[in-house]
Amino acid sequence: MRHLLSAADLDQAEVVGILDLAEEMSLVQSRPVKKLPALRGRTVVNLFFEDSTRTRSSFELAGKWLSADVINISAKGSSVSKGESLRDTVLTVAAMGVDALVIRHAASGAPWQVRRFFADLGIDAHVLNAGDGTHEHPTQALLDSFTLRRHFRATDPSVTDFSGRTIAIVGDITHSRVARSNVLLLQTLGAEVVLVAPPTLLPAGVSTWPATVSTDLDEVLPRVDAVMMLRVQRERMSGGYFPTPREYTIGYGLTRRRLDLLTGGAAICHPGPMNRGLEISADAADSAHSLILDQVAAGVAVRMSVLYQLLGGADDTPPPSLGGHS
Amino acid sequence: MSDTPSTGAPANDSATAGGSRLVLDADQIARACARMAHQILESNRGAHGLVLLGIPTRGVVLAHRLASAMAEVEGSAVPVGSLDVTMYRDDLRRHPTREVGRTHVPVEVDGAVVVLVDDVLYSGRTVRAALDAIGDLGRPRAVRLAVLVDRGHRDLPIRADHVGKNLPTRAGERVRVRLAEVDGVNEVSIDLEATDESGPAGSARPAGPSDTEDEA
Repeated sequence: MRHLLSAADLDQAEVVGILDLAEEMSLVQSRPVKKLPALRGRTVVNLFFEDSTRTRSSFELAGKWLSADVINISAKGSSVSKGESLRDTVLTVAAMGVDALVIRHAASGAPWQVRRFFADLGIDAHVLNAGDGTHEHPTQALLDSFTLRRHFRATDPSVTDFSGRTIAIVGDITHSRVARSNVLLLQTLGAEVVLVAPPTLLPAGVSTWPATVSTDLDEVLPRVDAVMMLRVQRERMSGGYFPTPREYTIGYGLTRRRLDLLTGGAAICHPGPMNRGLEISADAADSAHSLILDQVAAGVAVRMSVLYQLLGGADDTPPPSLGGHS
Repeated sequence: MSDTPSTGAPANDSATAGGSRLVLDADQIARACARMAHQILESNRGAHGLVLLGIPTRGVVLAHRLASAMAEVEGSAVPVGSLDVTMYRDDLRRHPTREVGRTHVPVEVDGAVVVLVDDVLYSGRTVRAALDAIGDLGRPRAVRLAVLVDRGHRDLPIRADHVGKNLPTRAGERVRVRLAEVDGVNEVSIDLEATDESGPAGSARPAGPSDTEDEA
């Protein structure tokens, strides 16, 4: 694995490998010395053109717990706010000799663009997509699957993948990078994915996705092993996608009433930050079904696993050398 | 790090079979384990405070065997765990990303007498990594080292406290430990891998993940 841009970059064995390693990494959190020396001497840059709390801080902790040197650059307070282009910013960072660039950008496809800049100039830094526009967010999907797999393992320790499981993703599918990455990853793991959304929030071409589509949440909930609620983004509320927030809640919110439709072992996930009372009720968010806090806790372990897979071994293109990108 | 591919390895009938020489058979391995178990108990004056930590894969198997042998003598169970040292290796950057094994430490390491268990002691680099790994888990009262085979050729100032078999080897040879729990058979053999022109120990050790079982 050279870069992680899309959840589709990973085959099932690779996903299972990342999740298994994340289980090991999660043990580090409970040790007296929360540090492994695996990435000593490596440098990871978090380049965030969009606001983020949990993704950025968990990437930072993940790098630090693996002994990498981590720096954070956010658009605010950097040259980006002076009008520097993506290309110039990225190449400036790369010129300092970084080993991996974790990038979040509001434009879909930005990490692919960065990978191309690097390839054109022979820079051998690894690129990780930490969310690009409405496109993909592969590490979020990985930590969702990690959390769900742990949940399934609590009743059946032999679980490795999601074959035979049905998982619903509910909400603004059109604008959700979390949904796109999850559809791809859950399919890789063998789950049956059901997308539930008002027709206005289903993207064009959704029929070609490896998922079934429904507009009836009440019908779907009783037959799922897990439900992933997506955040309704503020800017969509007045965009004509649905009449009023109240009406959205009635049709697609995980209300207290709908909680009773879930089977006993079904799990509730939400990538955060939540709009309590809109897409998810407080009862659902704080219920015994909820894995929302487990998801946050899994973020560091999963990102440690990904960073190790990318940076833990020899550089594959040129043999270990100090030249190249430094 | 034991990672011997056990793919259809031809059964070695005691004598030389295709460049392979049997060194320990099942009975000899069992006797060596029993002896080491006694030695560990003797030098510790009982099982008090002992923790056996095996280095995956075959070190863990051996640690369990030692623990059951010790339980027969002492009547009390000695805690057994596994300690993966991959992240602490000094050659991570020389290989494609290595798979990480399982670390499970059943009791507090602080104040305990940790007995590291591995199959083969060779360069000493794995043990060096293991000592670092233990240091991050706590501060044991003492750390001891038990290995089934000591084949010599150390790169580092490390020696074993308890050895099943001292086995003089040449650097180009390869010591293969097979244990029933992993490989379906109990035996230790020396493979005359290709040539032994690799010169003195340390200078040109065979590289590649498949050779790591020797790098104890």
